[in-house]
Amino acid sequence: MNNGDLTTLTIIVGILHSGIRLATPYLYAAIGEMFSQRSGVLNLGVDGIMLMGAFFGFFTVFKTGSLLLGVLAAAFVGGLMGLILCVVSITYQAEQGISGIGLYMFGLGASSLLFKTMLGTVEGIQGFSELHFCVGSFCLADVPVIGEIFFNHSLMTYGAYALVPLAWWVLNKTTWGLKVRSVGQNPEAADSLGVNVIQVRYTAVTLGGVLAGIAGASLSISLLGIFQENLTNGMGFIAVALVYFGSWKPVGVLAGALLFSIVNALQLWVQVLNLNIPSDVAVMLPYLLTIIALALPFRRSLQPAMLTKPFTRGEN
Amino acid sequence: MQKNRFDSVFFQRLLDALLPFAAVLAAFLIGAVLLLLQGVNPLEAYQALFVGAFGNKNGLSDTLVKAIPLMLVGLGIAIAFRGGVINIGAEGQIIVGSLLTTFLVVQMGENVPAFWGIVIGMIAGAFMGAVWGAIPGYLKAKLGVNEILSTIMMNQIAIQIGFYLLRGPMIDPAELEAGTNIPHSARLARLYDLPRFTDLAQSLGLTKSAEELGLKGFTAELYGVLVEPSRLHTGLFLAILAAILVYVLLWRTTIGYRIRSVGLNPHASRYAGMMVERTMILSMTLSGMFAGLAGAVEILGLHHRMFEPTAVSAGYGFSGIVAALFGKLHPLGIIPSSILFGGLLVGGDKMQRAMQVPQVLITAILGLVVLFVVSTDYFVKKRANRRVSADNSAPPESEDTPPVGVEVQA
Repeated sequence: MNNGDLTTLTIIVGILHSGIRLATPYLYAAIGEMFSQRSGVLNLGVDGIMLMGAFFGFFTVFKTGSLLLGVLAAAFVGGLMGLILCVVSITYQAEQGISGIGLYMFGLGASSLLFKTMLGTVEGIQGFSELHFCVGSFCLADVPVIGEIFFNHSLMTYGAYALVPLAWWVLNKTTWGLKVRSVGQNPEAADSLGVNVIQVRYTAVTLGGVLAGIAGASLSISLLGIFQENLTNGMGFIAVALVYFGSWKPVGVLAGALLFSIVNALQLWVQVLNLNIPSDVAVMLPYLLTIIALALPFRRSLQPAMLTKPFTRGEN
Repeated sequence: MQKNRFDSVFFQRLLDALLPFAAVLAAFLIGAVLLLLQGVNPLEAYQALFVGAFGNKNGLSDTLVKAIPLMLVGLGIAIAFRGGVINIGAEGQIIVGSLLTTFLVVQMGENVPAFWGIVIGMIAGAFMGAVWGAIPGYLKAKLGVNEILSTIMMNQIAIQIGFYLLRGPMIDPAELEAGTNIPHSARLARLYDLPRFTDLAQSLGLTKSAEELGLKGFTAELYGVLVEPSRLHTGLFLAILAAILVYVLLWRTTIGYRIRSVGLNPHASRYAGMMVERTMILSMTLSGMFAGLAGAVEILGLHHRMFEPTAVSAGYGFSGIVAALFGKLHPLGIIPSSILFGGLLVGGDKMQRAMQVPQVLITAILGLVVLFVVSTDYFVKKRANRRVSADNSAPPESEDTPPVGVEVQA
């Protein structure tokens, strides 16, 4: 009996630990996407940006051995991809639901192409290792339950969680954050007050790209330590959904990312434990959950009023 | 402004029509840069691509084989986009469609007459796709769920349902016996294979070879496509027929008028007494229906069994969007556009074999085509607006381009 309890506890600790870990790429990508959407631009290409970031991050680490350079490379490429979307969606006012799909396909194709020609086979690297917070011989990670759940993650993971309060502060307490919110809510008013709507949207979407690139890198050089074709497998789309789920707020995004990742971890454990649930059905669970969450009624009013609406000066 | 108005409008329209081609050209130019970076001569690679896709009978018949699902999916995408809803869920709709088709037709054994077996199979696929499209449509109309996101989630759910069924209830009994457990279904009875072009030619008495008829060059290749054994099946006629039907639906029926009206301006449509929500659900349902039909046709005409779901949908849900956009969301434009992009997919494969350039280059190019096509819409819109402001009494009315006049803000 006692033994059984111990196993249950181990499983719960395991699920929570992997849940916190798996949320890393979602957090980076979704927080970035939140800035983009708050400024009024829906970036559906997050998954493609993540793939490019994942590849360039991985490739840089593979060649130079420097993790910092890897993250920087991913951020840079992510920013470039974000800029492409800016030109298409902001300057050329393309239908945002479609332009993002174009960017996704480009990122998917280009990252696979580069992977095949520059690496050829799946290679492994020594990515970010776990931090243990030791003082002498005492390590926080050794504390039962709490330590096991919270204190043996990598720097990338802690960075993702640190991003949440930071994003809240930037969005709500800085001038730029106010501008982002205003161009997403009422660009005409912002424009009349001298805010450069186009410029603010460009910076917000590019920042979103940078974070999506880092999200990809967090997957390839921190969580997995490998790159392969279509490594993200649609994670970027989930990240976009998490922004809706989180009502365009950093804390909401955090809650969504954690819930989604914990359900995902649960699903992995269902497979590991060989429970009597077909694994295919278990894999479906997080997606089903996302649809149900999107259908919850209170969300609509919180959406930035001008999301997906391009801005032309002097109209109306 | 008034002086050369006819000429200038004609010229502008011509420009509008040429823009997608410029978009494709630009995408290929960037693709060429990618190729140069890999040390591959882009001219040679593109030559391998186009000759491989369109230069001979094997390439041409493969191109047409791929054009069939692209056309059907593209038609569905066009209906949705015209109706102001964005369907990214064609992948999932293809998968659930092909699953139900396979399931029913396998159950038939050989007990149903060939014609009715095929018809039931197609209706089943179309029905299941329609259901898979109706769900996000309903969620959008009634609960405000963003249909882009819900259709993407529905894709993943469809893939998992597919794997579940193919590993369990629908698995080929032979796989179970052999113990290999590869997730695919039993083969459908040959009775229900869609006739191939070569079967059709034989029943029409076209048995002579191109040499016997004295045909040469490209004509001989074209003749070969029609007559010689290949995978090309009569689903092509069905797809073309579907394109004509969608044209009639969108421009010659009240339902089509409603769909386009809601897509252009939901507020004005509501004011005019149309049921906007119901029309949105209808657009998504029809859109899913065509994707589901594409799945059914792929099973009955090409694969004859269901296997790995993502290999059956094969990215058509996304490349179908490209075909629809390039065809200017017009059913009759989607026919040639599907053939072009079917050719790109086939040519990519040939290029990979000839030049060792990974086929994924095509995915990147397709993405660029989308980015360029949606960007060039801006110029079309701008000129349309200028035409409207030049002559307010006669706003541009056209069936060929998505009508993009002034947008009325509610």
